[in-house]
Amino acid sequence: MSTDAHADRMTEVSDKFGITPEDYMLPARHMINLLDPDGTLRPQDKQGTEPGHEYPLPSPARLMEAYSALVTGRRVNDQNSALVRQGRMAVYPSSHGQEACQVAAALCLEEGDWLFPTYRDTVAVLTKGVAPMEVMTSFRGEWHCGYDPKAYNCAPMATPLTTQLLHAVGVAHAAKLRGENTVVVAMCGDGATSEGDFHEALNFAAVFNLPVIFFVQNNKYAISVPFSQQSAAPSLAHKAVGYGMAGERVDGNDLMALMSVMTRAVRLAREGNGPLLVEAHTYRMQAHTNADDDKRYREDSEVAEWKAKDPVIRIQSYLDDAGLLTEQAAADISQKAEAVAKTLRDGMNQDADTDPLELFEHVYSSKTPQMAEQQALLADELAREEA
Amino acid sequence: MTTTTSRVNPNVSDATARAAAKAANENQPVTFGKALNTALADALTAEQSVVIFGEDVGTLGGVFRITDGLTARFGSERCFDTPLAESGIVGMAIGMAMNGMRPVIEMQFDAFAYPAFEQIASHVAKMRNRTQGRLPLPMVIRIPYAGGVGGVEHHCDSSEAYYAHTPGLKVFTPATVADAYLMLREAIDSEDPVVFFEPKKLYWSKEQVNLEELAQQYESGKAARTEGKARIARAGSDATLITYGPSVSTCMQAAKVAAEEGISLEVIDIRTIVPFDDESMAASVRKTGRAIVVAEAQGFASVASEIVARVQERCFHSLAAPVLRVTGFDIPFPAPTLEKYNLPSVERILDTVDQLQWEA
Ligand SMILES: Cc1ncc(C[n+]2csc(CCOP(=O)(O)OP(=O)(O)O)c2C)c(N)n1
Ligand SMILES: [Mg+2]
Repeated sequence: MSTDAHADRMTEVSDKFGITPEDYMLPARHMINLLDPDGTLRPQDKQGTEPGHEYPLPSPARLMEAYSALVTGRRVNDQNSALVRQGRMAVYPSSHGQEACQVAAALCLEEGDWLFPTYRDTVAVLTKGVAPMEVMTSFRGEWHCGYDPKAYNCAPMATPLTTQLLHAVGVAHAAKLRGENTVVVAMCGDGATSEGDFHEALNFAAVFNLPVIFFVQNNKYAISVPFSQQSAAPSLAHKAVGYGMAGERVDGNDLMALMSVMTRAVRLAREGNGPLLVEAHTYRMQAHTNADDDKRYREDSEVAEWKAKDPVIRIQSYLDDAGLLTEQAAADISQKAEAVAKTLRDGMNQDADTDPLELFEHVYSSKTPQMAEQQALLADELAREEA
Repeated sequence: MTTTTSRVNPNVSDATARAAAKAANENQPVTFGKALNTALADALTAEQSVVIFGEDVGTLGGVFRITDGLTARFGSERCFDTPLAESGIVGMAIGMAMNGMRPVIEMQFDAFAYPAFEQIASHVAKMRNRTQGRLPLPMVIRIPYAGGVGGVEHHCDSSEAYYAHTPGLKVFTPATVADAYLMLREAIDSEDPVVFFEPKKLYWSKEQVNLEELAQQYESGKAARTEGKARIARAGSDATLITYGPSVSTCMQAAKVAAEEGISLEVIDIRTIVPFDDESMAASVRKTGRAIVVAEAQGFASVASEIVARVQERCFHSLAAPVLRVTGFDIPFPAPTLEKYNLPSVERILDTVDQLQWEA
């Protein structure tokens, strides 16, 4: 595609909104925020929207579905942290505080769409439909990712930062070549945006005009390093314009705003308007993982400040006030969350049944003669151990 | 953009293209580069999921012209240029392979594949394993490599050891025109990712090979498999030269000179570094009792080191002399005017043959 063709495409989409291509690509002046921390719907002129940057509100049913996933997500985060403390799980990077982002990232997708998560995105993977024990497989210290990516259209949770964004681009590209209308959400953190693959992925997606939504959870830290040391950009969403794609900034603790922004992004991408970059402002409420000590690099007061902006309480207050969260609905939702937590407790309390000999089985489509010898050696050692 | 539905560009019929190739074949020898080019074209024809991309591989046909004419013939959705980003090329290929395609990608030069190393080592090599075989990555990473062409810095590395050291990757390197064709077809059809090293000094080398016939043999399953099968490039009885890629031709010359001096050298071209054919190599060394491993890469912690260890483990009681190596020196690949001092030469190989403790 020529440069002119890219410019024409941007003009075409910005025309739909009656704004300039630059105004389409640049994020709105303020981040999109529909609910106040106390759950009240902000007046329209305070929502951060502006002409050309308008977002459809999710229906009550959809909001309830998202809320239910959010409650489960929070419960799972806290259950997993407890399991790590009890020594039943090896490690867990909790997304406590970021669950609204995770839920929206998965729920905005439709059948056939793909999700590319990171290690932090357990809750998104769960929301995408992967079975709880399958999601947690790698964190319990297993050698494989635990689930079939093709069965769920969900890639393995990626650890090498932003490498998965390029895979997301490839999945979208293959689908496009076959004439399939697949949308892909590719997730990463604020620190990860400094990696080279972040740049390469956004550039490739824009040049090939692919329906990929790059969803950045800016939780303000990359392990210990604060966001100010990652980037001097006015916002991460502003980076979009440099690639010729649209950028969005959204309150990452506001489930309603996230659902609105992500649903619109998916629609735009599916309609052929190219990739988008969405930056969600949120906060990592707990340490990077259980192995990290966040007291070494941040103040309790900062964490307390964000506690007041909690995503679960916020949407809960709104739904309560709107009369959507009946006693029965609340009980059902909590029961669902408890059931998932119980599945995890029961599963993790059983020792994993791993066969060391399987370590040789999936390296290649068939074992090399050398690996077969090594497997036989290990089998022999195991047999002698048992004898 | 439209979706390609036919296997080939309807503007050029397959029969026409094949007839032209056949006419060309019967009259003159084929270059190594042309064999690779034909293998790519035949793979594109045989399998709709094959896509080719990289830097300058489209309109230009690649800096070595290995993809020459493919965009014109198959369309810009089957063979196309990407932005300049090696990690991006490999990373996107991974995603495409995850989603049903068979990408064949080109790294412009050996040393320019390094930006992609994280994608290769962490994902290309491990995705199948990480997903218990559910996400195989059938893809080929073509890398023009090694010296002998007067290339400047960053254009002559022999980087095969990095990849051979990484479980999950297969590593192929052809040394003849026929192997260039057959091994590339096999690599593209492999269910496992293959790093395909093309000795760039061989691109212009010619042999009398009928590619048309080779294609038919391959497609009818009659061609002998090359994966994991070393090739006896020259039979001999006094000592074995074990080698691969760009050093095969040097070893063949050395064997010829040695023969004139009454020494019979066997030359083994191992063809695929991974999987490695221990049996053929050991059978040869057990027969000759003497071995030298010849490779262009620097010798320390190299593929050559690995081969020496394997020969020693398997053939100790048949050996009449220590297994020796002729490799590049442990220095960065030198400038064009000095590369001849670094590359394994016929003289250095013959000098090393002299050190194999011959009885007086
Ligand atoms: C390429 C790479 N470098 C370093 C690491 C080690 N590491 C794991 S998570 C992390 C911080 C990432 O921060 P961010 O992208 O903000 O995501 P968050 O953990 O906050 O969700 C680092 C440095 C890694 N996983 N991959
Ligand atoms: Mg972060």
